[in-house]
Amino acid sequence: MGHRTPLYDEHVAAGARLVEFGGWDMPLQYASALAEHHAVRQGCGIFDVSHMTVVDVMGPDTRPFLRRLLANDIARLREPGQGLYSCMLNDAGGVVDDLIAYWTGDDRFRLVVNAATRSQDLAWLARVADRDDVVLRHRDDLLMIAVQGPAAVALVAPLLPHDAGPDVLALKTFRSLLREDLFVARTGYTGEDGVEVILPVPAGVDLWQRLVAAGATRCGLGARDTLRLEAALNLYGQDMDAGTTPLVSGLAWTVAFDPADRQFRGRAALEQQVAAGITEKLTGLLLEDRGIMRHGQRVLTPAGEGVITSGGFSPTMDRSIALARVPVAAGGPCQVEIRSALKSARLVRPPFVRLGRVLVD
Amino acid sequence: MSDVPSGLKYTREHEWLRQEGDGTVVVGITDHAQHQLGELVYVELPDAGRSLAAGDAMAVVESTKAASDVYAPVAGAIVEVNPALASEPELVNSDPYGRGWLVRLKPAAGSTDGLMDAAAYGALLAADH
Repeated sequence: MGHRTPLYDEHVAAGARLVEFGGWDMPLQYASALAEHHAVRQGCGIFDVSHMTVVDVMGPDTRPFLRRLLANDIARLREPGQGLYSCMLNDAGGVVDDLIAYWTGDDRFRLVVNAATRSQDLAWLARVADRDDVVLRHRDDLLMIAVQGPAAVALVAPLLPHDAGPDVLALKTFRSLLREDLFVARTGYTGEDGVEVILPVPAGVDLWQRLVAAGATRCGLGARDTLRLEAALNLYGQDMDAGTTPLVSGLAWTVAFDPADRQFRGRAALEQQVAAGITEKLTGLLLEDRGIMRHGQRVLTPAGEGVITSGGFSPTMDRSIALARVPVAAGGPCQVEIRSALKSARLVRPPFVRLGRVLVD
Repeated sequence: MSDVPSGLKYTREHEWLRQEGDGTVVVGITDHAQHQLGELVYVELPDAGRSLAAGDAMAVVESTKAASDVYAPVAGAIVEVNPALASEPELVNSDPYGRGWLVRLKPAAGSTDGLMDAAAYGALLAADH
């Protein structure tokens, strides 16, 4: 038996099919992963993401600690509430994990990191913070709900405690607010508008029930994966890991080389990689033939061979799409090896779908 | 509880066979199998005329999650495949014993011996539960 989120009983009562994910028993789907996917593209879906790891960082050395920990630079944030997507890197430049760091005020930040990598992430944070005057507080007392879709923000706003609704409606993308024990960020993992809400357990269970009563569609990990693939949002452990750098993972934009004197972990290795020349890139792939592309399949391009890091079926486009790591010069028509048959495919610039619209053809 | 119609033959790999009057058999996957796989988004079927040994990979059914092989339940030659599945793979989910059939094949002599009846297959599912 895996860990259970505080919403586990809600999932069971709703008839969810459960699956083990990163040591957690999570809903794979309720009635239909495809219907859940479309609900998020067209209306409002809700996801229990309480398995994500929330770490509050505070203390006088918070800023220097985070500027050493993260490949992106929290000095880019201009005002409290702003969030920053970043990787934290090992000394070889490989990705330990990706996360969002929210500036919650003064010398305080809230980090939200992945579930499957929790113990190694916490160990890495403690190691990098070794000599810093910071407190790392793992908030396993909280619950997290992602409310996603074009109707999401209007649906959730009136249901939030502390009269936070009007301010949540006014939140810009990648901004957050903290009101007493309620945290709301205009972020997500679906390519749609929406928020991620973090709050204490009893209030969180209550919010989940109110969202369901208001017509939100409960969504599981199946829809979460097809949605994030269409939006070309990387999945840690598939699209990047400790052996790949952000520079070959479509995440060069998240690496802040300026200022030149900021010595973040992994910087030297990334600079070496740049000096030697970047040879690979992560890009999108559309299958022209029938079939479904999957993780690990070979991609044959005129510029050399690559590999699919995430592949699957796009419910919005009704065809197979993938992310693939291929030679930098690769583009246009290529082939994918699916069960020893070569199928026609085409390299395209991701994302595939964003804000309900298909962006490739 | 899964639907297990009587009158069909079953395999341990959760396939069903229906013996037709013309000596051919129609093959599909069971209600239990389609439920385990989840919503199908693609079905790859063999070419008509292909000869298969029992246990050969015969078809591939792909859900949003994963691809799974379907094995030939008996030795024989493919007579026909279900043309509807090219555009409606979800028929395997909604009607696994009817419009969601996979292939029709001409079995080799004696090859359908030893398959389970509905009672035995139902007992297998109950034991797995």
